[in-house]
Amino acid sequence: MIIKGGFVCDPKNGILGEEMDICIECGKIVEKSVGGDVIDARGMLVLPGGVDAHAHIAGAKVNSGRIMRPEDGRRGIEPRTKLLRPSTGYTVPNCYAMGYRYARLGYTTAFEAATPILESRHTHEELEEIPIVDKGALTLFGNNWEVLECVRDGDLEKLAAFVAWGLRASRGYGVKVVNPGGGEAWGFGGNVKGIDDPVPNFGVTPREIIRYLMRANEILGLPHSVHLHTNNLGKPGNYETTLETLKAVEDITASRDRQVLHVTHMQFSAYGGTGWRDFESKAPEIAEYFNHHDQFTMDMGQLIFGSATTMTADAPLEYGNARLLHAKWSNHDIELEESSGVVPLVYGRKMPINAIQWAIGLELALLTKNPWQVIMTTDHPNGGPFVNYPEVVTLLMSRVKREEELKSLHELASKRSSLPSIEREMDWNDIAIVTRAAPARILGLSEKGHLGVGADGDVTIFDINPADVDPSKDHRKVKEALAKARYTIKAGEVVVRDGDITAVPQGRTYWVDASVPEDQAEKVRADLVEKFAKYYSIQMSNYMVQDAYVTHPRVVKAGVI
Amino acid sequence: MAEDVLCPFCGCLCDDIKVEVENDQIVGVKRACKLGSSKIRGHERTKAPMVRKDEELVETSYEEAYDRAAKILKDAKRPLLYGWCSTVCETHKKGILLAEEVGGVIDSTATVCHGPSIIGIEEKGLAGSTLGQIKNRADLIVFWGANPAEAHPRHTLRYSSNSTGMFTPDGRKGRKVIVVDVRETRTAKNADKFLLIKPGTDYEVISALRMIVAGKGEIVPEKVAGVAKSDLEEAAEMMKAARFGAILFGLGMTHSRGRYKNVDNALSLVADLNGFTKFVVMAMRGHYNVAGFGQVCAWETGFPMSVDFSRGAPYFNPGETAACDLLAKREADAMMVVAADPVSNFPRATVEGMAEIPVIQIDPFPNPTTLLADVVIPSAVCGVEAEGTAYRMDGLSLRMKKVVDSPYPTDEAIIQNILDRVRRLGDDN
Repeated sequence: MIIKGGFVCDPKNGILGEEMDICIECGKIVEKSVGGDVIDARGMLVLPGGVDAHAHIAGAKVNSGRIMRPEDGRRGIEPRTKLLRPSTGYTVPNCYAMGYRYARLGYTTAFEAATPILESRHTHEELEEIPIVDKGALTLFGNNWEVLECVRDGDLEKLAAFVAWGLRASRGYGVKVVNPGGGEAWGFGGNVKGIDDPVPNFGVTPREIIRYLMRANEILGLPHSVHLHTNNLGKPGNYETTLETLKAVEDITASRDRQVLHVTHMQFSAYGGTGWRDFESKAPEIAEYFNHHDQFTMDMGQLIFGSATTMTADAPLEYGNARLLHAKWSNHDIELEESSGVVPLVYGRKMPINAIQWAIGLELALLTKNPWQVIMTTDHPNGGPFVNYPEVVTLLMSRVKREEELKSLHELASKRSSLPSIEREMDWNDIAIVTRAAPARILGLSEKGHLGVGADGDVTIFDINPADVDPSKDHRKVKEALAKARYTIKAGEVVVRDGDITAVPQGRTYWVDASVPEDQAEKVRADLVEKFAKYYSIQMSNYMVQDAYVTHPRVVKAGVI
Repeated sequence: MAEDVLCPFCGCLCDDIKVEVENDQIVGVKRACKLGSSKIRGHERTKAPMVRKDEELVETSYEEAYDRAAKILKDAKRPLLYGWCSTVCETHKKGILLAEEVGGVIDSTATVCHGPSIIGIEEKGLAGSTLGQIKNRADLIVFWGANPAEAHPRHTLRYSSNSTGMFTPDGRKGRKVIVVDVRETRTAKNADKFLLIKPGTDYEVISALRMIVAGKGEIVPEKVAGVAKSDLEEAAEMMKAARFGAILFGLGMTHSRGRYKNVDNALSLVADLNGFTKFVVMAMRGHYNVAGFGQVCAWETGFPMSVDFSRGAPYFNPGETAACDLLAKREADAMMVVAADPVSNFPRATVEGMAEIPVIQIDPFPNPTTLLADVVIPSAVCGVEAEGTAYRMDGLSLRMKKVVDSPYPTDEAIIQNILDRVRRLGDDN
């Protein structure tokens, strides 16, 4: 296949908007095409396939959202066709809709952001049903008893061996840490209040958990860094906890050419104020810190007005949301491992808090100078559903658009944030970085997010001519073009043409197989045998995700030996 | 000897069963309760496929049975695909696809079981946990309209009142147990506090407890549904005083007067109690994988049960699209029953509806539904003769094992065969 004459942005390879051809053979980008389709991309924007590094797309809490929200299922309904299964849902779409909608937006890779080991089989059952995109899942470690005990005993080597085992057991890709210690405290209805607040019954602090897991992550040389949801997330004044957390790990260095820590959906962790009344943005402080510390990355967690379904392993946060909003509340504690919650809500333009939250996400992306440090997400479906990515792109590219939006919002969005004064407008290369190149780099997916020889043949072509269209003024055109890819190409196959799905291949599932020394693995096994005998409600032999649940694996090797 | 086998009987989905096999025959079952052991050992099977000819079921080939089943579904205007509680999730996926292809309605046994619980969850959400969380932490267990001593025999020892764990080393001695029921069950005899309520009064009793918990006990009358206010006050106090409480409810709550409103109220009580202490709630699901159908149906269609595909897109409205609705209103003009026995469990008027339409049955065992069936297709027993996924009552998914070979095809293979034929019939038209 050859894609001829498009306006190509491939920032990883230093191609910043050049007219050129892209060739794909056997699913990979190559120097020269030997035949096949010719796609005339003249006057169109050609980008690598989109990469979503953080979305809640599969597993128990997503399905809880569907089950408790039939009113959401009734939105976004599309009947089946000869090629497609039916689509339902807006914030919690069915599996098929997830794959189709990502593909229509030009996305070819999406990672589920949180799966407890015990319930990973379920996560993979859903990932298998999501068509087209490549995927993976990050495994939760921040409240796991074995982790807490390794930290308490100061046994870093054993912790690394357990992390390797947990990734294998869950067929997981990376280390996710959510409100470390808080999930365990929630087992008896409690929480931790900061990074030095000890976890009840275990005597370790969130600071220690984060540091140990980061160090274990680097001992194993995992492709992705620790992926952190901070303590106190969602609370006024929490930017102090966020900065304190980052300062606590400044001395840790990455074992690979990537960040040493990814702080996720930063919008929810960049709040000032002593309560909801004086709630304000502290995004400038966070961005300023990032401008001086390039070892850290974040994603936006941009808020989208309208319906959302919040879902997180931060169960005490969800309980608080439900109390505050008098909303339906689901909670799900997972023995020895985690807790979680789901609460539907609506973000309102005239709600002061929501309007300020909306501004914070944009401030973070625009005030952090290096686009490789801030990637675009809505923390789907917490900030809002991923189908709104074209809206977020236009907000990043157009100050005019931001000003129009600000006029329709509660006035505090302008008064309690710095957004009105921000002039920066991203260009197409910035957008290619925050939606493609940087998420791939942050996840450690070397064959994703770029169009160099050897990369996966995942390409998006948008019907927009950067030579004619000024995204600053013509933001409506940009949004329209991004919502319906002219072509999405997945592993060399056209899966979307003119916004319609044309093929539904099965994507691959990434997981990390990390090796550890046998003596450390044996220590972990001995611990686990005891835990299963005494505390788990299932047998150890039935715990690990079987190969039957990952039918198209892409195993990434890492580890100590 | 096969170790750590999963039991294909009830929602406990015990996964520690030992099965002794000799010459591909099961000769012994250890650790399972009587109910599970009986199913694993096996009993009378439907020997061969059958079709009804001149009012009699006569044996036939699988090919003919598949052809007949496909034609019935293809010719029907409003086929109902029902059951799914005693088969694996892989079957559910195929069944949902078949329902899509024939523009039918798919529904599970939850409709006459914990369907009201699901509707209650739609109203309020569910504050729950895995069973191991209860095992390790709960110092108060409330069984409401549930009798695990008879229905889930190993539940108390493995997961709830009599289990031991990290923060519950003393097991039953370190716990309080409250039972709420309309009669003194075996479970009630093991309780620290038994509330004998009048049938159909769950809603009132829950409301009274909520008032007392909220500090508005003065408006509660001296007697509620046959229970003295002082007893309710004592129960409420026990709930608030718990470090970790769990309400485990059964069909006594979901199928007495009030139904989903009872569940809605109970879920609200649990949400209220979380203002004082830690509390979770769980439905005591009956069949081993009825929970799995709800999960699969939700991720495939967006809705957990009663999904109507007649418009090409999923439409969900229990009360209109549930199995009983379609049969009672004589809407369904054909029915496929997979791994369930509606004739034993459905209201009379709906069984009468079944008698008027062609019925296809896919099941390893004969049961009263067989008497009404026009096509009977015997299958392998999941979890004994076929592997696959099942979801425990707490939503935990586990892989069921195959212990012995079977001469029978799997449920999944049977539905695939019918689906292939339905597609071919579609091509001919």
